[in-house]
This record gives sequence, structure tokens and C-alpha cells, in this order.
Amino acid sequence: MSLPGTDPTGPLNDESYIQLLAPDGTRITSAEFDPWLEDIDGDRLAGLYEDMVVVRRLDQEATALQRQGELALWPPLLGQEAAQIGSGRALRKDDFVFSSYRENGVAYCRGVDLTDMIRVWRGNRPSGWDPYEINMATPQVIIGAQTLHATGYAMAAKFDGDDAVAVAYFGDGATSQGDVNEAMVFAASFQAPVLFFCQNNQWAISEPVGLQAQGKLSDRAPGFGIPSYRVDGNDVLACLAVTRKALDHARIGGGPSFIEAVTYRMGPHTTADDPTRYRDANELEDWKRRDPIDRLAALLSAEGLLDEALRQRVQQAADDAAAEMRAGCINMAEPGDLELFENVYTAPHPVLARQRQHYERYLDSFEAAEWGH
Amino acid sequence: MTTMTFGRAINTGLRKAMENDPRVVIIGEDIGALGGVFRITDELQKDFGAHRVIDAPLAESAILGTAVGMAYRGYRPVCEIQFDGFIYPAFDQIVSQVAKLHYRTRGRVRMPLTIRVPFGGGIGAAEHHSESPEAYFTHTSGLRVVAVSNPQDACTVIQQAIASDDPVLYFEPKRRYHTKGDVDENALEDALPMDRARVEVPGTDVTLVTYGALVQTAREAARAAEDDGVSVEVIDLRSLSPLDYSTVEASVRKTGRLVVTHEAARTGGLGAEIAASLTERCFYYLEHAPVRITGMDIPYPPAKMERHHLPDLDRILDGVDRVLGRPNSLTGLED
Repeated sequence: MSLPGTDPTGPLNDESYIQLLAPDGTRITSAEFDPWLEDIDGDRLAGLYEDMVVVRRLDQEATALQRQGELALWPPLLGQEAAQIGSGRALRKDDFVFSSYRENGVAYCRGVDLTDMIRVWRGNRPSGWDPYEINMATPQVIIGAQTLHATGYAMAAKFDGDDAVAVAYFGDGATSQGDVNEAMVFAASFQAPVLFFCQNNQWAISEPVGLQAQGKLSDRAPGFGIPSYRVDGNDVLACLAVTRKALDHARIGGGPSFIEAVTYRMGPHTTADDPTRYRDANELEDWKRRDPIDRLAALLSAEGLLDEALRQRVQQAADDAAAEMRAGCINMAEPGDLELFENVYTAPHPVLARQRQHYERYLDSFEAAEWGH
Repeated sequence: MTTMTFGRAINTGLRKAMENDPRVVIIGEDIGALGGVFRITDELQKDFGAHRVIDAPLAESAILGTAVGMAYRGYRPVCEIQFDGFIYPAFDQIVSQVAKLHYRTRGRVRMPLTIRVPFGGGIGAAEHHSESPEAYFTHTSGLRVVAVSNPQDACTVIQQAIASDDPVLYFEPKRRYHTKGDVDENALEDALPMDRARVEVPGTDVTLVTYGALVQTAREAARAAEDDGVSVEVIDLRSLSPLDYSTVEASVRKTGRLVVTHEAARTGGLGAEIAASLTERCFYYLEHAPVRITGMDIPYPPAKMERHHLPDLDRILDGVDRVLGRPNSLTGLED
């Protein structure tokens, strides 16, 4: 008997998905989705290329910082650049993102400060950024919990008569969680303007997607009454077009949508993981041939846009971003001794105040002892 | 002053909160046309609309999780958990999200949720309908936890809870829903703050601490003790987190004897926390070790057995005898 999810002829390995850019860089036309890309001229294509190169570089830098002992942990996004940049660049500023911990490419699109991106991973702060500054909640570690937050936010946007959309990012593993299924029930019942963006990167730590699902993930949403798309997650143009279409659907009162972006986690789950224990090296080689950045580079080359000047400009932008992140990491101020007591409550709490006072005296007692001798 | 039932008093408080702030919404199961299984939200959907009194699909985690999302957008959701025993599917959202988001975002995101929970036994209910889960939540930093014991508090504290920028678990003793009392609907301004205990019955010999449905039982115990020449001071905690230790401590310094009673099981319960904290705070004032009169360390029993599980007047008086060193049920028992 084969292990769940390992049947190469099963529905999970079906490559029928929306694709506008083939792995070799060939542009595939689509009457349905090309209208959503009308503004994507040469400059914008180059912009998407730059975004993907920069976030891959930032991801590598953060991994290096972890290896050098500067970060406690890092969850790499390597391989998922197209899914994150394509969808992230489709969003409006007033849309609100509720993501997992791996969507640093989306955070980059939202304009996150690069030091804020890594604060939480250095262990200096309970969270990285101010959610209201970039309209993106801080990373969610409890798998799938954020899908409910996105749904509630979308319900509230609808109460307000606002056409902002809430976007929930999650992975294939999360689709097994009750919260994700409950979120789809609520989103459908209340016709909430929420987009469920599932990056199926094939692996939930060591568990293949076949352990989570015996059919396509995108086939689940219609059972909830939610329109669904299965898209090549390594195709930045398809991700951009389909996300735009789904956002528009939500904005005009059409309710929720579900997108399964079929992609691959080329790296480990986090820097603490060792994928060689559970997956075949050939699989990675196979997915490298479908690399999201290479295929956009191939399109740019074919159109004569990827000249040396662009290559250098993009490389410089990536190196500058990495240097900025590294400097922000190394120079981050250490937290104060009593900072752990802050922001537990919004208003005074006598029991906690007393505990803090006692601990402060305890810390002071060391100083007093030193002076005493 | 209006005479009304406990349940009507909560309804009145909810109505006032909704009138005062358009950002207050209620979400729960069967709270619309039905008015809730206990009718606490009676007529509210008719008067405020289905977008403010929201009948939710049957998913407690989603009731809490969507309320979190609404709070992100500035709303002040009131979540109704239909029965105490139904709160556990929502436990993760409450403990990992609601309680921690203010801390995790360094104060940027506020979670002004109120989570209403009918709790406790004594109504002969089916399984999972009589539980006292409050200690799970008092153990969780970031939450405030209150338990009301009378119609006036029910009306004012629900409004204070909704006005709080911290998340509040609001425990309602369902067996007292039909108790009547005088309620001043406009008492909010001069009301005792939500996080303060109240000396319910003044006394000098024994401090008897409780909350929720057992406040009434404790009052009856104090009356019975008085007939026996013992003066019992009854304290209604009202707030379970934070605990108002200054009020309890002042009483114990005076009486030297402490009895804590609650319906919840003993081990790891609030009685343990109160006994330990008061022992730390006023050890030299104590004439006897604090005594806990609580539910048994068992799953909530079937209806015909619950009278053995729930503390009642006689068990409380037995505890009073113990702290007084009088003959009691445990006299002569080697530890």
C-alpha cells in the first residue's frame, strides 16, 4: 500500500490549473484572464521580477542570519515568490491581510519595514509590525486561526458599506483545521468579502498534501458554496490575474472566493527542519525546473527586456534590501528588563502590577547586594 | 428602580450598550428570532437589526474568531456562548487570540470583546450544560473574568464589560435567571468598578468568599450561622480576574478565618488560588488554615446526583465549623 498522497497519478498531481506563463517563459493567452493584465506593460513586468528577486534575496539573508545565530528561527518562502508577489501586488492599500508566518513576500508588497519583518524572529518583540500601518495582521502561528479573523473583518467591512476585501493566506496543512472550514461556512452564509488564498506548497512540515486531502484542495470550496480557482502558483501573472478577479468579485458584492495556488516549498519548513528526512531530492529538482523567477526572466528575455542594466538594477535593489535587513537585525535594541509586563491589559491590573513590583525589587536586590559589599 | 428578573436585567444592560454605541454587535446561536435559549437577547434583533444581533452558524470557534476580525475593524462584539460546556471549541480562539492579541501587537490591536457564558448547575440539565469553566480563563493572562450574582450587577457589569477595552468573560449563573430584584437602569456612573469585590453581608468571625449563584447560598448560610451566634462576612468576588485581594484581605485580617466556596472542581480551582494568596498575604492573622467547599473533582454528574456535587448551605456551614475549630464532619479524621 502506498503512503497517502504519494500516488503520482492521483488528483493532487493533476496539472490542470490556470497558467498564463509556462515554465519555459512562453506566454499563454486567456480570454478570461488576460483582461486582468491589461496594465502589465514591460515596466510592470520588470517590477514583478524585481519584487520576486528581492524577496528571495531577503529570504536568503534571513536564513543566513538564523545560521549565524542572529535570528532564533526563520520560515523560508523559497519557491513561493510568484504566489506571494502575484497575489500581494493585486491588493489595494485598504484591503486587509491575515496571513500565516510564511507570507513575508506579501508583507513586502504591503510595504513592511524590513527590520519589523524580523523582530519577532529575533525574539525581541512579540510581534513585528503595526497591523494598521500596512493593513496586515502580524503573522499567525496557530494554523488556520487567521481565516476566521479575515472572515470577521470582511463581515465588518460589509456592515460599514466599505468595499475593502479581507484576504486570508494559509497553506495546504491548514485546510484540515476546523477553523478554516468554519471560516468558509461563515463567509458563505454572510457573503463576506473575503478571499481565501491557499498556497498549496505540497508539504506541511513532513506531511505531504495527500495526508490532508484525497482530492484537490480547490474542489472543497464549491461544497461551501464558494467559487474556486486552481492556479499555477509559480506563475506570477496567473496569480496576479486570478487574485484581481476574485478581489473584484468580492468588492462588487459577490462574496467570498477561494484560490488554490499550486506551488512548492523548496526549502525546509523552518530553519529548524530537515527535509532530507522525509522527501526525495528528485522532487526538488523537478520543481526547480518550474522556478517562478526563472520563467518570468525567460519571458522578459524573450521580449528583449532583460538587459544588463535591468539585471544590475534588480541585483542592486536586492542587495540593498538584504543589507538594510541585516543592519536592522544586528542593531536592534535589546528589550528592557521589565518590558515583558507591558501591554498585557489596556487598563490597570492590580494583581499583575504587584507581580511586576515584586520582580522589580528582586532585580534591584542584586544591585543593592553589589553596593552592600 | 424597576423590579425585574436577572435575565431581563442582562437584556436591559445589553440594550443600553447597543443604544450607546453603534459599534456594539451581538453574535451567537439562536439569539435572533428566538431571543436565545434563555431569552437573554429577547427582542434585540427586532429592534437593532440582523446585522447587529447576528444569528451565527453552529460553530463556537468561528463565533469567537469572526468577532476577533470585527474587533480588528473597531467593533465591540458581544459573543454569546449558549451553555458553559459549549465554550471549549472556542478555547483556542479565546486563549491564543483574544487574550493575547493586545500583547502580541504591543498594544496596537485591542480586543474589546465580551464573552457571555451561562454557567453552573442546579437546574437538572443534560450533560455539558452545567459546567463551571471559569478557572481555565482566570489562568489565562490578558482576559478579565467576572461573575455576576444579582440583577443590579447583571445590568451594570454587562455594560462595564462591553465598555472595557480588554476582553471580558462574563459568567451568568443560569439557575438565578428567574430571580427578581430591584434594578436602577441608570446606575452605571456611580457603579462599583467591575474589578472590585463587594462585602455582601458584614460580619466579624469568618470570611466567606464566593461568586455567582452561590452568593445567595452564602447569604443564607450567614443567616443560619447568625442564629447559631456566629457572625459570617460574605464577600461576593464579582471579579475573578483580577481578584480584588485588598477587599478579601481586609476582611480576613479582621476575622482570621477564611472559607472559599465555588461550584467548580477543587483541584487547581479559584479556591486554591485565593487560599494560597491570602495565606501569603496575611498568614499571621489566620487562626485556621483556609477551607475550600467546592464541587467534587469529577466530570459534572447526572442531574439526580448534582445535589451531592454542588456546595449547599449545610456543606458551607460545615466549612464554617471547621475554620472555627468546632465539631464538624472531618473531626477526628487523621490526615
